[in-house]
This record gives sequence, structure tokens and C-alpha cells, in this order.
Amino acid sequence: MQDIVCTFCGSVCDDGEYDLKKKSVKKFCKLGSSKFAEKERIKAPMIDGKEVSYEEAIDKAVEILVNAKRPLLYGWASTANEAIRLGVILAEKLGGVYDQCASVCHAPGTLATIEEGVPGGTLGSVKNRADVVVFWGSNPMEAHPRHGMRYSISAKGLLVKDRKQRKVIVVDVRPTKTAKIADIFIQIKPGYDYAIFSALRAIISGNADAVPSEVGGVAKEKLIELADIMKNAKYGAILYGLGVTQSRGRDRNVENAIKLVQLLNRTTRWIIWPMRGHYNVVGAGEVPAWEVGYQYAIDFSRGYPRFSPAEFSAVEVLKRRDCDAALIVASDPVAHFPRIAVQHLKRIPVIQIDPYPNMTTLVAKIVIPSAVYGIEAEGTAYRMDCIPLRLKKIIETNYWTDEKILEEMLRRVEKFKG
Amino acid sequence: MLWIKNGIVVDPKNKINLEKMDIFVKNGKIVPESEIKKGDCKVIDASGKLVVAGGVDMHAHIAGGKINTGRTMRPEEMRVVRNIAGKFRASVGRVLLTAPAIGYEYAKMGYTTSFEAATPPVSSLHTHEELDSIPMIDKAALPVFGNWHLVFKCIEEKNIEKLKALVAWAIERSKGFGVKVVNPGGVEAWMYGGNVKNLDDQVPGFGVTPREIITWLIRANEELGLPHSVHLHCNNLGVPGNYQTTIESIKLAKGFKNEKRQVLHVTHVQFNAYSGSSWRDFGSGAAEIAKLVNSMDNVTIDMGQPIFGHATAMTGDAPFQFTLHKLLGARWSNKDTEVETGAGIVPIGYLPNNPVHAVQWAIGLELGLLTESDKVALTTDYPNGGPFTEYPYIMAMLMSKKMREGELKKVHQYVQKATNLPSIDVEKTLYEVIHMTRSLPARILGLENKGHLGIGADADIAIYNLNPLETDFSNGFEKVYKAFKVAEFTIKGGEVIVRNGELLKEVYGRTFWVDARKKVDLEVVMQDVKNYFQYYSLQLSNYGVEERWLKKPERLEVV
Ligand SMILES: [Zn+2]
Repeated sequence: MQDIVCTFCGSVCDDGEYDLKKKSVKKFCKLGSSKFAEKERIKAPMIDGKEVSYEEAIDKAVEILVNAKRPLLYGWASTANEAIRLGVILAEKLGGVYDQCASVCHAPGTLATIEEGVPGGTLGSVKNRADVVVFWGSNPMEAHPRHGMRYSISAKGLLVKDRKQRKVIVVDVRPTKTAKIADIFIQIKPGYDYAIFSALRAIISGNADAVPSEVGGVAKEKLIELADIMKNAKYGAILYGLGVTQSRGRDRNVENAIKLVQLLNRTTRWIIWPMRGHYNVVGAGEVPAWEVGYQYAIDFSRGYPRFSPAEFSAVEVLKRRDCDAALIVASDPVAHFPRIAVQHLKRIPVIQIDPYPNMTTLVAKIVIPSAVYGIEAEGTAYRMDCIPLRLKKIIETNYWTDEKILEEMLRRVEKFKG
Repeated sequence: MLWIKNGIVVDPKNKINLEKMDIFVKNGKIVPESEIKKGDCKVIDASGKLVVAGGVDMHAHIAGGKINTGRTMRPEEMRVVRNIAGKFRASVGRVLLTAPAIGYEYAKMGYTTSFEAATPPVSSLHTHEELDSIPMIDKAALPVFGNWHLVFKCIEEKNIEKLKALVAWAIERSKGFGVKVVNPGGVEAWMYGGNVKNLDDQVPGFGVTPREIITWLIRANEELGLPHSVHLHCNNLGVPGNYQTTIESIKLAKGFKNEKRQVLHVTHVQFNAYSGSSWRDFGSGAAEIAKLVNSMDNVTIDMGQPIFGHATAMTGDAPFQFTLHKLLGARWSNKDTEVETGAGIVPIGYLPNNPVHAVQWAIGLELGLLTESDKVALTTDYPNGGPFTEYPYIMAMLMSKKMREGELKKVHQYVQKATNLPSIDVEKTLYEVIHMTRSLPARILGLENKGHLGIGADADIAIYNLNPLETDFSNGFEKVYKAFKVAEFTIKGGEVIVRNGELLKEVYGRTFWVDARKKVDLEVVMQDVKNYFQYYSLQLSNYGVEERWLKKPERLEVV
């Protein structure tokens, strides 16, 4: 099969070739190929480790959820929009909390958007127009291996026809794999992103005098040089990663970067965009935005949505022991959350929906295996730049889809709630 | 089956004005009395009440990347709680609404159809996902064409068959309804930090001008015979003096003719009807535009009326959005979209005591009053001019000079000098206003079964607690406003979905899309499309929306 769509990272490459006989994929990177290779799966639905039918598992799960005072519904970055939509409605009906993986990675970018908006563009704009690309605290060569060749580094576009016509700059705290192939690498001291964005803004707005001789480990001359490259770009792009959102300053770093981009647009064209991780983490935010008005950290205990990241993001809710059941969909919080949050997950009944076993499976009371989107199930996902792509079903399976499982849950919950 | 008894009917398409009559409904359609069994009918007693077709919003931004970025950017918009979760979905929003809120609020007001006015073809799957999440109403989306490299290429080559094939292909791929054009050429210029100012400016990198883009797309649209005409957001939007560009653009329709409808619809004209040379001598060019539109028989417009209060500017006109950001110092989102188009989103507000805003407000009304009622539809360009939930305010204002006089006292008095509104005596009749909100937008869009109550029409009906025979529309404007705010009954496809402003039943409407592929040979353009796809960041085979992915698609085939 041609042009299959990868459901690993936020690049969502859509040019894979799937060999039905060998059950393997061509053209995708190592990360994507491994997703499409056969892997260990959860065999059947389980309650307390005992195999049961889908119906039994769903009945029990719904019993737990409707009896909970405030269930937490978390995950969503590696499933399709159709399932996410049902998850949001389920959280609404249950009076629970909806949160998604962004709250532990790129949510500071959402907060910055609330402060300043986000002057962005699609990856096709970068590919065709960007003569300067700055990877700031992001490392696509490892995290998004085909990003560079498809969209941003060696991608051949309309105006920028090859790698030679594009200046690639990496700003990071260590020499990453991406830094090695960049034209310019600027190593900064950890936690100094904000100060460096400020320095660049000062230089570009004609206040270079105010900038000290060194900022965040970078010499002033080097910053002036970078500012010049930025000003002289025809169309530039800052593609930032967790290095910006998860270091000191967090959302303020992104906000400052956005202000830099606003300034640059007064004389030339620049965009800024986050390098999102999971293949549909964008959908996990966009779907609740249109259904209930917010992207993440949404509480429904009053019957209407309330957004408050410091209260309603999953880690905070768990830390406060403010949920009494959890539905975890396509995610592994046990592996990634701080220990204090995981401790509460161990205390409460956890229902997991996932194609693959992970650390969270070990603490789950109910485990419901599901089909893999893009391989065994069809659905919609949004690439990191919001471009919607339809995930394909390539092979048959007996596993239910997340959508079907959640639909059945919602149907039963609606019956309970009347 | 439904029997609406003794209502006072206004149905402009069928030339019915204030007649007491019964309406019969079967299988979601309006039928003659002979087709129903009265004994089996649910009866609605509409004695002394106004019965009209469900409202049709022909231009609103209700779904897709722009409004959703607006929501993300503006959580402060989401604090107004309209409905608590229960039998119906939780619904929230001040001006920007969630998808459930959009459907509910239209229905409560007696509106049953709304068109998303701009979708980038490449993102149309997102737009459709949101449309599918809007309950209660029928809907459709207009893909944008005015800055697409492929369109420029066809026009450069002066190849009308290619352009027609591209349009038919793109509308099918996006499951769209018609041809939207936003600041033709200007958005492409924005990719280099520029804009176009003149109909004859060259688009950077291409041998085409805005004049050519508009004219060629009208020609393609008319030769294809699409239900709707070209739907144009003019160049120079939001710029003092822009009414002249609008006038020149409208004149481009001369020489085209269509028996059923206009050949050019110019949208949210308020934003394109400014005289003067700066914000200091800014004024109204509405009278000149209205005069021109009245003198032509193939152009229609909609108002784009600002409503005082909060709003969010969101258009495909990316360079304008950046200008607005600079002007207001407000938050700014931008979306450069592949080699197709762009967009921007900026929060705004209209303040009565701000001279510019007051003039904008007056211009919208001038357009509504001075343009013949058969040529101007009522819109706020939601959420650019404000909420659609204030349509009743505009309706009441158009019908009452006294109401306008009261409102004029509350706004900055610069309007006295800069606009003609204070001296306009026109009071539109109820018949005219019902036309401007029902039958006219339906005709402009080419929806034959919408906006009227004739036999065969969709049974989308609104009943208002207002006896038009006993209402003094000039003086009783408060009552008129209140009556249109909350429908006593909203009937969608024959089902009562709202009663006295309370939601009764959740339904999901259809999504209309237009299939004109039979009118062209797609092969004439596919090689160009294939070649050009090297500049996309996705595969051609993954571009577009299949009908089976949509909740309730309805294909309108052009033959
Ligand atoms: Zn609009």
C-alpha cells in the first residue's frame, strides 16, 4: 500500500509504503518503522489481571467512572480525533477532568498563545519559503528524524530550492545531532533562553547598547550576528522544542520568542511554531477547544468547562489527590509523571485503553486493548502544524478501536446519568 | 406530521406578506394540505404569531482552524456559561462560542442554516470535523481560491478549461460549496511581507493581478454553473479610502449574467466601505457603494455589521490581520498555509465612544438601509463584527428610525459628520427584513429549498411571539428585538427543536457540498496538480475529504 500515514511522531509522514506480506513499512524513519513492525500487544481485556470480554471490561469501567466523584481522563495524544471527541464528551458527562499529554510538554506554548497569539505557518510554508530556520531547544534529527528532509532542512521547495539556499541554525544547551548538521550552532547556558530572546529583541529594535558583552554564555558579537541573519532573512522560522518550554521561564520563554517574531515581521517575514511530539497531540488540544473551549486542564465538576492549568492538569490533580478514578487513553503517565503523582494513581482504580502494554498497565485495574490507528484503524489526526491527515486502516484486527470502546462507554454512561 | 395553524406568514420568496395561513409538514418538507392527515398531525397553534422560514446565515466563521485558534488564544471568551451539561451538551462562549453553543444559539434565535465562509482547501477536513460537531443547523463551507498558486498558474496561462477543472476538483476535494476569494493576490504578497493595493498590482512572483483573479474566477464559476457565485472579500479591507477599490471590484461583474442569481457576491462590505485617506478623515463610502449595487442587477452584498462590544477579527486576509495587530497592539495569530493561502486572528472590540468604531457601526447600517432589500443580506461576519446572536438588533434597527435615533445619541458624534446615517429616513418593512435574513441569503447561496415556506421547501421554520399585524415596528422596537432574540418555536427538518428559547431536541443537520466534476475534464489540470504537489508537504493522494468521513453529507450535483 502506498502513501500510508505514520502514527508515531508529530511529523506525521504520509508517504510510507506498506508491505502486507512482510508486515513492514518502507520510507519511514527508524521510529516510524518500529511502530509499523509487529510488537508486543495487550492480548485481551482484563479486570484485575483476569481476561474478560470487551463488554465486561467496559461495563466494569463505566461502573467505576459513574461512581467516581471526579474521574481524571488523561492521555489522548496518540489516538484519533474521533476518540478524543468522545473522551471530551465523556469527561463532560461524568463531571470529571480532561487533560492531555501537552500539559507535561508543550502546554507553555499554549499559555504563550493566550498572552500573545502565535504567528505561525504550516510546514509547507517552511519547506517552500524559509531561507533561515532556527531550531531552538529542539532536535529533529533525533526526535523527528524525517522533519529535516521533508520540511525544514534539506527539503526542496519553491523559493528555497535546496540545502545550500537555506541557513540552518541550532540554539541549544548541548551540541545535538541537529547541531552537527547546522550552519551555525549557538550553545547557550541552561535556563537563559528568555534572556537571549530579550537580547535579540533589543539588538533588532536598535538598542544593542543595552546588551551586555555576554548573555547566557553567548558573546554579544555572536548575538549581533544572529540578529543580522534574522533581520536579513526573507522568510524565517523558529521551530522550538521542549528545551524552551521545559526550562526556566517556560511559557515566558515562548512568549518572549513570539514577541521577537512580532518584531521581525515589521521588516520581513518570520513564523514560530512548536515541534510537537506525539502524532496527534495537536488533535488532543484542538478537539476539546472546539467542543468545550479549552485545550487542556479542563474540569467539568460544575457541569461546564473550567480551564486552570495550575489546578486541573493531570499532575496537579493527582498531587492533590483530587481524583478518585482515572481513565488513561494511549499514554503512559506511570512512566512519565513525577513520583508523587504516580503514587496517587496507584491508590485509585485506573482504567487503561491502549494497544500496547506499558508501565501504566501494571497499575491498571481494568485494561482494554485497542486497535492501532494508522495500521488497524482509520481516523483523523493533526500533524504538528495542524494539517489534518486521515489515518488509514491497512490490516484487519479483532481489537476494538478507541472510538468504539469510548462510544460504548459513553452510551452506558448516558444511560446511567439519564 | 406537523400542522402550524393560523400563523401570520411572511414568505418573501412566495410573495406572501402577512397572510394568515396554515403550514403543513411531512417528512421534513413543507407539503400541501392534501398530503397530510390532520388527525395524525401534531398541531402548533400560531394564532397571532409570526411564522417565517428558518434564518439563513450566508457568511459566518463557525468552524475550522481560525475560530479554533481564536478559542485557544482567548480563554476569557469562554467564561460565559450558556448551558450546563445534562440532556444537552455544556455550552459556553461570549462571542466566540464552542461548536455545541454555535448550534444551540442559532436554533434559539430561529436560524437553521449557516455557512462557514472560508476554509483553506488543505485544512478542510478540520473544518468539516468542527461542522460535524455543530448540532441543530444545516451547514456548508466555502474553500478559498484567491491566493492559490495553482489558480494563479491557470490564469497566467489564460486557460479557462484548466481553471474550471481545478475549481471543480478543489471543491470536490474539500467537500466545499463554492468559490471564496479573500484579498486576491494580497495574501500571497504577504508571504513576502507585502500586500496588493490596487486591482492592477502584479502579484509577486506571478504574472497575474487581482483584477484578473476576480474576473477569471467569476468566469470559471459561471461556466461551471455553480449554485453560488464567486464570494469576494475585497482587497484593501480595513483601509481608509477602500470604498473605491470595492466599487472597482463590483464593476468587474459587468458583462456576466446569470438567470437565477448574482454573478458576484461581495461580502462584509462594511469593512470595505471607507472614505478618507487616513483614520483622521475617515468616513463612509457606503452611499456610493449602495448606489452602484442598486444600479446593477448581478451583484449582491452582505453587511458585516459591527456590534458594540467584544469581537475577534479572523480572516484569510493575513496582511490585514497583521496591520490590525500593529494598530491595536493586540495579540496576533497568523497561519501561512502551504502554497494555498493564509489567515490571521486578532481580538478586537467595538466601542461606541470611539469615533472609528462608531463610523464602522454606522456604515454597516447605511449599507443595510441604502441598498435595495433584494441585494443586501444581513450579517455581522461573525465573529469579526461581533456575535450573530445580535442579528435581532440589526433587524430592529433597520425597521425603526426612532431606534436608530436613540442609538445614535449613544455613539461618538463624529458619525454625524462622517456618515449619512443620521439623515436616512428609510425604515425597512418586516417583509424586507425577513427577505434579508431568509429568502435572499438562500437565493444568493443557490439553496432552492431554504429560506422559504413554499411546497417542497425544507421544513425549517421559525415562529416568533410577535403579532406583526398589531406591531408598530417604528416605535415598538424593543418588543421586536426581544421577539426575534428568542424563537417561540424553531422547527428543523420538521422537528421542533426549540420552544420558547429552550432547547427541546438535539438534531444534527446536513453538510451540503457541490459536485461539478461532470462539467469538466479533470484530466486537463491533473498533470499540473501533480507537478505542483512537490511544493506541498503532504501527498496528493492524502489531500482532501471523503464523503464517508462526514456525518451527514449532501451532495448537490451540477449538471
Ligand atoms: Zn468573513
